[in-house]
Amino acid sequence: MMVCITAQAPGLDATVEPRFARAPFFIFIETVTGEAHSVANALCGGPGGVGPRAVQFIVEYGAGALVTGRMGEHAVRALRVAAVPAYAFAGESTVAEALEAYRSGALPELS
Amino acid sequence: MRLVVASGKGGTGKTTVAANLAHVLSRSREVVAVDCDVEAPNLHLFFPSPSHEVPVRTPVPAVDRARCTLCGECGHFCRFGAISVLRTEVFLFPELCHGCGGCEYVCPEGAIRDDHRTIGSVRCSRPAPSLTLIGGALDEGEVQAPAVVRYAKRLAAGASLAIYDAPPGIGCTVIETLKGVDACLLVTESTPFGVHDLELAAAVVRQFGLPTGVVINRSDGEDGETRKACRELELPVLMTIPFDREIATVQNRGGLIAREHDGWHRRFSALFDDTCRMGGGA
Repeated sequence: MMVCITAQAPGLDATVEPRFARAPFFIFIETVTGEAHSVANALCGGPGGVGPRAVQFIVEYGAGALVTGRMGEHAVRALRVAAVPAYAFAGESTVAEALEAYRSGALPELS
Repeated sequence: MRLVVASGKGGTGKTTVAANLAHVLSRSREVVAVDCDVEAPNLHLFFPSPSHEVPVRTPVPAVDRARCTLCGECGHFCRFGAISVLRTEVFLFPELCHGCGGCEYVCPEGAIRDDHRTIGSVRCSRPAPSLTLIGGALDEGEVQAPAVVRYAKRLAAGASLAIYDAPPGIGCTVIETLKGVDACLLVTESTPFGVHDLELAAAVVRQFGLPTGVVINRSDGEDGETRKACRELELPVLMTIPFDREIATVQNRGGLIAREHDGWHRRFSALFDDTCRMGGGA
């Protein structure tokens, strides 16, 4: 399964970005192999309506779960339709630490 | 003749000027006054009368699920996030849709057609024998204010004399109001904010090449900075309304100074003549 974690920069050492659709980078990690891909978020500076578009983007990329800080109502509804669960991660930690917390099942579901 | 009353800064007195002009002119000819401030309409407060309401509708996509192959073209095209393809479903956010029809255009399967939904309304009334009032109102939570402005203006299309009360600012709704008009009055006040926003509004109006004059409202008699700005902008000051308790009193009970004082009736009549002359018209 592939999990998407929002980040301020590419790579597993980057700091987690609390905003979902306006995150500079999406880090896609294959939970079984640990293989990671960092993708710049073309929507992060968009004027509006970026939530559903970001959901569409990560769903098309193959994400089966999302770890982020917070998101808007449109993104929440779009994720629900796509049946992609989102988990809340707070604090100034790295993507690797967020991944660890996700794997341990410690993160509460965002809704 | 189509005249816009605009301002840049909010609360300078656009509606005061538009309402008084509409009243004065309707004494001698047929006038249509259009409230284009669809996010906070208030021109009707000066002309209470029964009205009828017409809904304003806008196109919104409807997806034929039988034809849709979930290819994602529509979702990639829409820059407003109004239509998204999410695994097994095409999902719509109608309130984000700007009604451009792009999704319908790019759909390779012909699975999208226009549906319609209501985003606001336009109220029409006849508060005086020669005065028609048309006021647009955008529904709460909606974004397509220019569509409501466009619709309100269309209802006034046949009028030989129309006065448009513009929204504040210099955004899309103001641009929509300014389209196809013959002259513009910019209402300002003698404050640094007033001057600053007058300059912004003048820059927008200049793009339309409109004959433009200025009304200074709530003047405390020290309008040096405002007048200097007008000289630099090459805009004539056509009227000055003083900061006066009696004017405020009339205004606050929904009255019109031009209805209650002959002097102001004459002055607003002259303001219109000067505005027409500015454009070389009658």
